[in-house]
Order: sequence, then structure tokens, then C-alpha cells
Amino acid sequence: MSTINLAVNGQSVSGEVEPRTLLVEFLREQLRLTGTHVGCDTSQCGACVVMIDGKSVKSCTMLAVMADGAEVTTIEGLANGAELHPMQQAFMDNHGLQCGFCTPGMVMSALDIVNRHGNEPDDAIVRRELSGNICRCTGYQNIVKAIRAGAQAMGE
Amino acid sequence: MYEFSYHRPASVAEAAELIANAADGKLVAGGQTLLPTMKHRLASPSDVIDLGGIAELSGIVVNGNIVTIGAMTTHAEVAASSEVREAIPALAALAGNIGDPAVRNRGTLGGSIANNDPAADYPAAVIALGATVRTNRREIAGEDFFTGMFETALEEDEIVVAVDFPRPEAASYMKFENPASRYAIVGVFVARTAAGPRAAVTGATACAHRAFRIEESLQAGFGASALDGFEAPVDKMNSDIHASAEYRAHLVKVMAQRAVAACA
Ligand SMILES: Cc1cc2nc3c(=O)[nH]c(=O)nc-3n(C[C@H](O)[C@H](O)[C@H](O)COP(=O)(O)OP(=O)(O)OC[C@H]3O[C@@H](n4cnc5c(N)ncnc54)[C@H](O)[C@@H]3O)c2cc1C
Ligand code: FES
Ligand code: FES
Repeated sequence: MSTINLAVNGQSVSGEVEPRTLLVEFLREQLRLTGTHVGCDTSQCGACVVMIDGKSVKSCTMLAVMADGAEVTTIEGLANGAELHPMQQAFMDNHGLQCGFCTPGMVMSALDIVNRHGNEPDDAIVRRELSGNICRCTGYQNIVKAIRAGAQAMGE
Repeated sequence: MYEFSYHRPASVAEAAELIANAADGKLVAGGQTLLPTMKHRLASPSDVIDLGGIAELSGIVVNGNIVTIGAMTTHAEVAASSEVREAIPALAALAGNIGDPAVRNRGTLGGSIANNDPAADYPAAVIALGATVRTNRREIAGEDFFTGMFETALEEDEIVVAVDFPRPEAASYMKFENPASRYAIVGVFVARTAAGPRAAVTGATACAHRAFRIEESLQAGFGASALDGFEAPVDKMNSDIHASAEYRAHLVKVMAQRAVAACA
């Protein structure tokens, strides 16, 4: 077993993990942060995307030991108490979800888009940037709308 | 995934020692290929040596006409680098079109070339730009590095440290991508250099290779029409559910012409 120390959603945590424990397993099973989903477990779908040191990463394709010392943000770390993060609110307002399974990964990827492209990403940028996030329900139309609205709201 | 011991060395020398002493050691860089392979139990190393803690393997340095990119530099870092965008914009664009943003935030140059997937993008750039791969033991010319499907000139336990890319006069990479993974169904990298035209093809055959016949055609004049009479050999092309050999051969020509046109 290895001991890891990291910051998750602003709180320091430490844990005992096997080297083969995936970051997503550590988050879901040890920290009980089950907002991060496992859709495919094969690096394709993006349901497991979290932020590591401010960058989007597929947590099913990273070992927990690799996150030792890192700052991790999951979907649980976005809302401010009862007040949703502007990107979460935008998904709600724009019907950017149906079953909601892909949504945590979509929202985390959306924040990565805003970090790199600013508050006015156009449709083409958003669609291109979502190439690693799969949604089986919505047809993406309202996800793209939500991300553009959320990006704008984050700049206000 | 089977059990293994995990190591995080702080220097290349330490990593070399760890891998030499491991029963069946494997280096891990971004893990974007190795971890899926281990999940499928297609790889089951006794020891995993993580290169992520080695500062000397990361970073981009421009020295005169050479752009040196450390093995652990991520695709996202190369894509965003103002130095690379200025010196070799085609290389920054190539890195920015690998996979998706999360893969680019973890995947590395060293991991991509060491893995040598037949459809990987970087190998085409390494060959066409006449780059040099530097390891902890020696220097290997880019065009000698990729030896077959998932095969490279790397010896057992040899570590890629960096790649030196000479700045071309102009260069462009065009790929016809798999819409799901963004891997190249066919990708063609062309470069106009002081020493003449250079080209490499990826995705089409067992592994990326230098495209001498494209280069010969471009000798007469570096324009898309110079390739009007060019035909890629169908019998050497891969054929799978994504594209037949005939289709790939056609794509080689079209991607080559588009790449040349984009250099103008
Ligand atoms: C969803 C998805 C989409 C992708 N799309 C594309 C794409 O469009 N185009 C593309 O080219 N690639 C694509 N990839 C592959 C991606 O670029 C990987 O990052 C890359 O192939 C491997 O890099 P890595 O750093 O993750 O290496 P790892 O997975 O860590 O390692 C791969 C192999 O290289 C060896 N290795 C790593 N570093 C070194 C080193 N410094 N010296 C010696 N050996 C080393 C390891 O031992 C291992 O055998 C995709 C991957 C995924 C998951
Ligand atoms: S669960 Fe990680 S990419 Fe699908
Ligand atoms: S809302 Fe159901 S998968 Fe996206």
C-alpha cells in the first residue's frame, strides 16, 4: 500500500491505496465522492473527467498514486453551498442534461474550455473541445448551448 | 489490472537504475496508452516506473534552429507553446489535434513515439522534420527510430529524454482522422527544408515511414499539382473497418496535396 496526500475540493486528504488503484476508484470508493462517474473505463467517454491542478484529466486513466501532492477538483467542489456554480446553473437552465450521467464530466470539461478559450467560445470550438465527452441522451445541442451560456455567465 | 510496485524517481539516472533492476519493469509517462493496456491485462509489469516526477524530462527550449522538446512534455503544452507555434506551427497544430483535451493534458511526446502506434501523429512529424531522438544512451535519427508496428529502435530499458526538431522553411500536417478517437486513418506531414522537400505518412501502413516518392515528386516544384501523377501503393496499405487499402491509398495522395497546398 502507498500513502497519498492531496487536496480534494480544497480540503487536504490522505489515503492508503494500492498502486493499481485508479484515481476515480479512490475518489468514489474511499472518499465517497460519487459525482465523478465511470462510463466506459476505457478512456473514451469523459464521464470521469476531473481537474488536476486546474487541468481536465480522465480519472479512470490515472493512478491515484500519480495524484499524490496534486490539487483535485471534482463536480462536488463547484457549488457554493446551495448556490450552483454558473456552469452547473447553465446546464440546468438550458436543459443540458437528460439522464445526467455524462453531466459531471461535461461540466468539468466545460470549465477547461473556459480556462483556455475564455468566455465567448463559439459552437465550433465547444463541439471540437467536447470530442472526449460522450452523451447518449441529449444529442449535444443543449450541452453546447449550456456551455456557451455558462462560459458567458462566468465572465459576468 | 494486476498488481505491481510503483516508483516515482526524481532523475533519469534513478529511473534507469530502477528499470534495470526490475523483474519486468515498464516506464509510464502520461499513462494514456499504458494504463488502458494494463486494464485489459495485455501488459502486466512487475514494476511501474513513473517518469512524471523528473523535471529534466519536461519543457521546450529553442536554440537557434533547433526546437528541443522534453519527452514528458504533454501534447497540450506543445500545442500551447508560443515557441513551438512560432518556430514550427505545424507541430503545435499536430499536438493540438491529438485525441481530446483530457488526453492531451496527460499524453506525452516521449510516450507517443515510444509506443509507435501505427496511427499515431507525432511519428510523422519526427520523420518528416528530420528530428533526432535523444535517449539516456545515444541519439537516434528520427527516420531510423520507427521500425515496425509498435516497434522502435529503443533497446530494452532505454529512456527517451527529448526530441530535437530542426525548424523547417515551411511545414504542414494533414490527417484524415477517425472521428471517435482522432487517431490518423491517414496522416501526411510535409516539410520544405533547406535540404529539399521531406514527407512522412502515418496511419496508412504498419508504422509511420518516410515517403520518398512524395519527396521526389516535390523536387520538381513544391506545389500540390506536382503530386497529380502520384499514386500510393495499395498493396502496402492497412485495411480495416475504418478504411480499405484502396481508400487509404487515395487518402495518402489527397492529404499530401492538402499539406503541400497549406505550406504555400
Ligand atoms: C481517447 C484517446 C485518443 C487518442 N487519440 C490519439 C490521436 O488522435 N493521435 C495520437 O497520436 N495519439 C492518440 N492517443 C494516444 C495518446 O497520444 C497517448 O498519450 C500516447 O500514445 C502515449 O503517451 P503517454 O505519455 O500517455 O504514454 P504511456 O501510456 O505512459 O506510455 C506508452 C508507452 O511508451 C513507453 N514510454 C513512455 N515514455 C517513455 C520514455 N520517455 N522513454 C521510453 N519509453 C517510454 C511506456 O513504457 C509505454 O510502453 C489517444 C489516446 C486516447 C486514450
Ligand atoms: S470512464 Fe473515464 S473516460 Fe469513460
Ligand atoms: S444526459 Fe444522459 S448521457 Fe448525457
